[in-house]
Amino acid sequence: MIETVTRPHREHFVRWAAQRPEVLVLSADLTSSCEADGFRDTYPERFFSLGMAEQNMMGFAAGLAREGFFPYIHTFAVFVTRRPFDQVAMAIAYPNLPVRLVGFLPGLTTPGGVTHQAIDDVGLMRLIPNMTVLEAGDATEVTSVLDVAQAVDGPVYIRQLRGEVPRLFPAEAPMQLGRCRKLADGDDLCVVSSGICTEEALRATSALRAKGLGVRHLHVSTLKPFDDPAVLEAVAGVRLGVITMENHSVIGGLGAAVAELMAEHAVGRRLLRLGLKDTYAHGAGKAYLLREYGLDAAALVRAAETLAQTPLGIEDADLAAVRLGTLSAAEKTEDL
Amino acid sequence: MSQAAATASPAASAADSPASEVRRVADAVRRRVLDYTLKNNGGYLSQACSSAETLATLYLRVLRLGPSTAPLVPRPFAGVPGPDNPDAFTGADYNGPRAPALDRFIFSPVHYALVLYSLLIELGRLGPNGLDAFNQDGSTVELIGAEHSPGHEVTAGSLGQALSQAGGIALARRLKGETGRVWVFMSDGEFQEGQTWEAFAALAHHRIGNLGVYIDANAQQCDGAMADTMTIEPLAERLRAVGAEVHEVDGHDSDALAAAAEGFGGGDRPLAVIARTDPCRGVELMRERAPKLHYLRFKSDAERQAYQQLLAALSVEAPA
Ligand SMILES: Cc1ncc(C[n+]2csc(CCOP(=O)(O)OP(=O)(O)O)c2C)c(N)n1
Repeated sequence: MIETVTRPHREHFVRWAAQRPEVLVLSADLTSSCEADGFRDTYPERFFSLGMAEQNMMGFAAGLAREGFFPYIHTFAVFVTRRPFDQVAMAIAYPNLPVRLVGFLPGLTTPGGVTHQAIDDVGLMRLIPNMTVLEAGDATEVTSVLDVAQAVDGPVYIRQLRGEVPRLFPAEAPMQLGRCRKLADGDDLCVVSSGICTEEALRATSALRAKGLGVRHLHVSTLKPFDDPAVLEAVAGVRLGVITMENHSVIGGLGAAVAELMAEHAVGRRLLRLGLKDTYAHGAGKAYLLREYGLDAAALVRAAETLAQTPLGIEDADLAAVRLGTLSAAEKTEDL
Repeated sequence: MSQAAATASPAASAADSPASEVRRVADAVRRRVLDYTLKNNGGYLSQACSSAETLATLYLRVLRLGPSTAPLVPRPFAGVPGPDNPDAFTGADYNGPRAPALDRFIFSPVHYALVLYSLLIELGRLGPNGLDAFNQDGSTVELIGAEHSPGHEVTAGSLGQALSQAGGIALARRLKGETGRVWVFMSDGEFQEGQTWEAFAALAHHRIGNLGVYIDANAQQCDGAMADTMTIEPLAERLRAVGAEVHEVDGHDSDALAAAAEGFGGGDRPLAVIARTDPCRGVELMRERAPKLHYLRFKSDAERQAYQQLLAALSVEAPA
């Protein structure tokens, strides 16, 4: 059973910001929901409540950044990337200001329904010149992403996790800019996953290996720039093809980035992209939605069968047996 | 697929005045929301406390609606709207059919959804088991309502967006020569979003006099008191300054809420009714949690028990 860390961002952010007086937090009425309440209570003079007014908040962040501060915006991912898109693009990204946009509740991890599900945030942020796009996949990355972001000369979008977060990677192996993690090696197919999908993928890859399939598995946390030579090497070197898996639309995110990379380097392999297939979703529990939209371990097994052109005989029970961690029952009715 | 539902509640004839009927319905709404908050181990309870009378007054005394044409048991989720999905629907049919002389109701702060669902049950527009699917996988009776949810017509969970859409509907109705009005229910937090003010400017500029807004001014938001998070006051003056006809009333006084809408519809200015409300009304227990009232999550078993006992007490007091 893997370790689960409760609210890793909340405590860590307070510690991390202690020696960084230039770090400020701007919040749009979701302070506790985005685990910025610890920061607010510890450094009230560095915390600014901007109310439920995200567009204006981006402008304030830009102004503060022009004066040498490092504003860390905290709100839900949808409210970072959709409503104030123009403000992010023009006020923050064009002048290449070091604003850190921390967006919570990625993809299908919220019961709040379509208005709260950030299924296009990675695509939107990748589209913006000067923007760096990072995504946390476990507790180690939730905390180490701050160092990565802070070192970037320009705006950064952080697709962040809250609440109960599994620790998949050792605490002493922090996220590194532009470096994927190779979680397994094999020559038949290559799985490239990001965010919460890596945990799901891990359930499937061990079952696939047990059936004799050579599975190479990469976890990606830097979605832009997407220039890690290890990714190109990995996708080019497998026999059957590549499967991407992301908690996002298949358009604009990880799957699209891998497709662009493969096409540009003439990697003649099949690519299957698991993610939301150009559709909106609806409000329900995470496990239910991951299954409905083909983002769970079983979906990865089906994709592997497609590439292998043979049924592998892996049952749901086999996948359940390799469950790495259990989803907490409290997951569904978080406050929004 | 749709079946007509009775709109009059069984006890309606027994009530001696519209205000006492509103009170009865509002109390029942609070009880039901408390019940489901307990069942879900958390929920949006303060919203029921503040808005029960406003929403009940709207449905019982202000809105001109026909009987529901929707099923008493809510339909399951039928997929998102799109060219390949003829089955997608909205929950507007719980508010009756569309007709030129009938009103339309647009529900904006959709985290209040449970309050609306509970009200629809009291009014007979939803069946008594209409909440069985509340917050269940595959259901339209979502925690945060979307346009497929009972009583909802637009997808409004990104707050501050519904008023503009209602403005478009009101403008269209004027172009079509319809006499029915458009009513929007909003939360006060939505007045922090710039879009709300852009909408009021456009309503005034285009002299849209067939749109009325009821605002649940409970002075609360996620982070606590609005005054500490980002004040919107002086709200009445600000609304008047952008050209609205403004009434500021006690949001638990049904007669005052209803009077504000009397005769509205023929003029050339939008109406804004600021319902000043108490986010703990009817659930005194909750006051000790102030200023954080937005979402009730029980901190301990003892606290949960206390709310359970309150529910039992309220249920005993309720007239059969
Ligand atoms: C555009 C947007 N930003 C943020 C949120 C998250 N959110 C949900 S409710 C809410 C504010 C709650 O205040 P109010 O609308 O007054 O409702 P009440 O406190 O009465 O529940 C916020 C910020 C949202 N739904 N939409």
